[in-house]
Amino acid sequence: MKARVHVMLKDGVLDPQGEAVRHALGTLGFDGVNGVRQGKVIELDLDASDKAGAEAQVDAMCQKLLANTVIERYDVEILT
Amino acid sequence: MKAAVLVFPGSNCDRDLAEGFRSIGADVSMVWHKDTVLPEGTDIVGVPGGFSFGDYLRCGAIAAQSPITRALVAHAKRGGFVLGICNGFQVLTETGLLPGALMRNAGLKFVCRTVDLRVETDDSAFTHGYGKGAEIRLPVAHHDGNYVADPDALSRLTGEDRIALRYTEAVNGSVDNIAGVLSENRRVLGLMPHPERAIDAAQGNTDGKAMFTSLTGAMALA
Repeated sequence: MKARVHVMLKDGVLDPQGEAVRHALGTLGFDGVNGVRQGKVIELDLDASDKAGAEAQVDAMCQKLLANTVIERYDVEILT
Repeated sequence: MKAAVLVFPGSNCDRDLAEGFRSIGADVSMVWHKDTVLPEGTDIVGVPGGFSFGDYLRCGAIAAQSPITRALVAHAKRGGFVLGICNGFQVLTETGLLPGALMRNAGLKFVCRTVDLRVETDDSAFTHGYGKGAEIRLPVAHHDGNYVADPDALSRLTGEDRIALRYTEAVNGSVDNIAGVLSENRRVLGLMPHPERAIDAAQGNTDGKAMFTSLTGAMALA
């Protein structure tokens, strides 16, 4: 079973990299970009065969390592 | 006094930190990240600067899960002293021993220079030798030193006098210009500047020396 984790900075945490990208887009002439937030996508290949079990396992991984919940939030997507 | 300096793949300030501890007469052991125990009788653990595990995932995140880090957390929870510098500070926030997190510098550039700082509290084993309000200069060398903490954590840090050092100039975008914070029991210090790079006249600056000499007195009492 495959899982995909999206890790994003929490709303309200200033994202210096996203801001730099927004700035660069403006310089390139892309008008009207009001905000850019940059995150991470992590893909996992798992032994688990049931969806609920995989979801719980990946959630634990996010809590422990994949995300820093002080500044980041995450979404887990289970792909079959 | 017995000091242990942790060494992760990618640590590069470990030997400088060991010199810092040796400068006050400490017996220093270098401890590899795969070890599971600290040497018997360790008084203080140093978590050095560098780029542990290549800063993969997040700075300090992988080191925070190393076998030796479990022993470090147990040492801190027993009331042992811990000094985390630069990447070491990042590791300490990742373990949860210190609040907040360190993000990419606001200017997105690696900052490598000597900066002006103010010692905000003398109520710690690391800073009492400076005196509250002392103005010092220390080198910084980091890409991710932009300290963030939520408003609750920040008001606790301020209310409990746990902000050890502040930059007195714009360096990396840290909230309230925070450069170093203390744990609740005041025995764990994490800071981005490098006191271990300013302990000898040959380094051109000795403002870091008092951080180590402060420790000797505190250890004698502990």
